[in-house]
Amino acid sequence: MLLSEMGNSLPKASADNVSAEAFSSPVAETRKLSVKEMEAIAKRLRRHIISMTGRAGSGHPGGSLSAVEIVTALYFWVLKHKPSDSCWSDRDRFILSKGHAAPLLYATLAECGYFPVDELTSLRRFNTRLQGHTDCLLTPGVEMTAGTLGQGLSFAIGAALAGRLDSRKYRVYVLLGDGECDEGQVWEGAMAAAHFKLDNLVVIVDNNGQQIDGWNREVMNLEPFAKKWQAFGWRVIEVDGHDLAQLTQAFDRAKLVKGQPVAIIAHTIKGKGVSFMENNPDFHGKAPNAEEVEIALKELE
Amino acid sequence: MPGQEVSLRETYGKTLVELGKENSDIVVLDADLSRSTMTCFFAREFPNRFFDCGIAEQNMVGIAAGLAASGKIPFASTFAVFVLGRCFDQIRMSIAQPGFNVKLVATHCGISVGEDGASHQSIEDLSLVGSLPGFTVIVPADAIETAQAVRVAAATRGPFYIRLPRPKLPLVYNEDYRFNLGKAVTMRSGKRATIMAIGTMVTAAVEAANNLAREGIDCRVLNMPTLKPVDEVSVIKAATETGAIVTAEEHLEHGGLGSIIARVVARHRPVPMEMVAIKDTYAQSGKPAELLQRYGLTAKDIEQAVREVIKRKEW
Ligand SMILES: Cc1ncc(C[n+]2csc(CCOP(=O)(O)OP(=O)(O)O)c2C)c(N)n1
Repeated sequence: MLLSEMGNSLPKASADNVSAEAFSSPVAETRKLSVKEMEAIAKRLRRHIISMTGRAGSGHPGGSLSAVEIVTALYFWVLKHKPSDSCWSDRDRFILSKGHAAPLLYATLAECGYFPVDELTSLRRFNTRLQGHTDCLLTPGVEMTAGTLGQGLSFAIGAALAGRLDSRKYRVYVLLGDGECDEGQVWEGAMAAAHFKLDNLVVIVDNNGQQIDGWNREVMNLEPFAKKWQAFGWRVIEVDGHDLAQLTQAFDRAKLVKGQPVAIIAHTIKGKGVSFMENNPDFHGKAPNAEEVEIALKELE
Repeated sequence: MPGQEVSLRETYGKTLVELGKENSDIVVLDADLSRSTMTCFFAREFPNRFFDCGIAEQNMVGIAAGLAASGKIPFASTFAVFVLGRCFDQIRMSIAQPGFNVKLVATHCGISVGEDGASHQSIEDLSLVGSLPGFTVIVPADAIETAQAVRVAAATRGPFYIRLPRPKLPLVYNEDYRFNLGKAVTMRSGKRATIMAIGTMVTAAVEAANNLAREGIDCRVLNMPTLKPVDEVSVIKAATETGAIVTAEEHLEHGGLGSIIARVVARHRPVPMEMVAIKDTYAQSGKPAELLQRYGLTAKDIEQAVREVIKRKEW
């Protein structure tokens, strides 16, 4: 179990009363769910991801499944948001930089009530609001048009700077892939966010160790990854990215950090939850066929 | 007063300061060239609303998008090569596709950058930005037009690209000039052919028309400050009434003013055309005047193009 933190130590959140503490949070606009409830939601999201991509016949299940707990924790614990008013100006922003994980975001937004769950079946179809990669003009709750990797952190910095200029309390969360961090623009952003002392900005890296051509360490070594973020001026928190209690704690701790941005490096497994997809690069950008959908959904019962 | 040489960049910088006083949502970004783009004036006046992103243009473009998404009106500036050349993907996905209210004001366009040489001479930017759906593209011809175009960009929602040169340019307008977005401006009337020009080439176009008039060739001259959306009505009218068109721009022939006008003319009113532009090559170091001459962008080149094009006229 990982819940280590680099840099200065922070006040400790106790693991056992996580839920109670959160319910009493004064800024909560949405009900915070318990870890148990969130685990159930995570399972539903995984089922949606499998069904959606299976039905569409294309899409990116692997990197959607790896980030399920991260996004669940965000939408059902961390974010102040109003599914009935996706343009609410004080909402916390969640920016999906790895836009290929769109099925995960759509499933989450639907479960929150931004649009009907039924609509998920329209993924990638002609005239759908649920494009292959996220489109902020079409889908309620989607903050950023994404798909070409490496751009989300810069966008998030803009949103965080605007929040600060307007003295708004919202916070900005941006999810990056680890392979995505090959992009130079990510490190331009890393440098800038620290330079601007954006303590209203949190990066979460879905550190599943894989990209398309294989393992990060073989394609393009990222290590020492945490130290890189730290050297760029970020507070780094490392967690098991499938452990909702660790994730919620990490997000709570991130809120206490002042004067610098926080990077949560979430160690995850690509394809998590479906035996034949786990750590299997084949399912990065390939949908399961009918038979595979059936097996996967059985495993996710 | 017309003819007086004024810096478009300096005018841009001063206009930003005025806008900043009028509207607190105006924010400005630069990438370590604020003393050249002249955003430094704004930085001095409004340090909280100015973000120097360092030499990281892709990040600057993305930050501008995020600011716009949160209700700000960002003006982002650097040299033309560094914004369109380097950041096409970022401009495309983070700004053009969502249609964000970002104003990219690029300076040091074309070959009149001069001595810095080919790496710094942006001759492809209009082709690149013109290809992006939803972008408004403006190439002012002088400082008076620059000030107004910048104001119009600030007041009009959506992504804008404004292209400014390094050298000072002679004023072609009086203070009472009013820039109309999407409208061509008649600089001179005439019947034998129309010269359409942008930016640095507008003065050359007027000079060429004056010289041709002495030969008895009477040309209309249009300044086309809004390259996109182009003023189709004026283009079709010019084709119909003068029967021949010469375009003049400090850009590659591919994808700039000439290409845009040719598309309108070919569809609505085919007439012979000549394009005064850079011909599929990169330029080099030199004084602006030397380069403009070497790469065929002078009044003389426009005059020659007019003589050629009227030979091919049908009437
Ligand atoms: C700029 C850019 N280059 C290439 C791609 C193609 N591509 C899509 S996903 C991907 C791998 C992403 O790896 P990672 O960020 O680790 O995502 P994950 O493994 O979590 O799905 C690549 C190369 C892209 N979308 N954008």
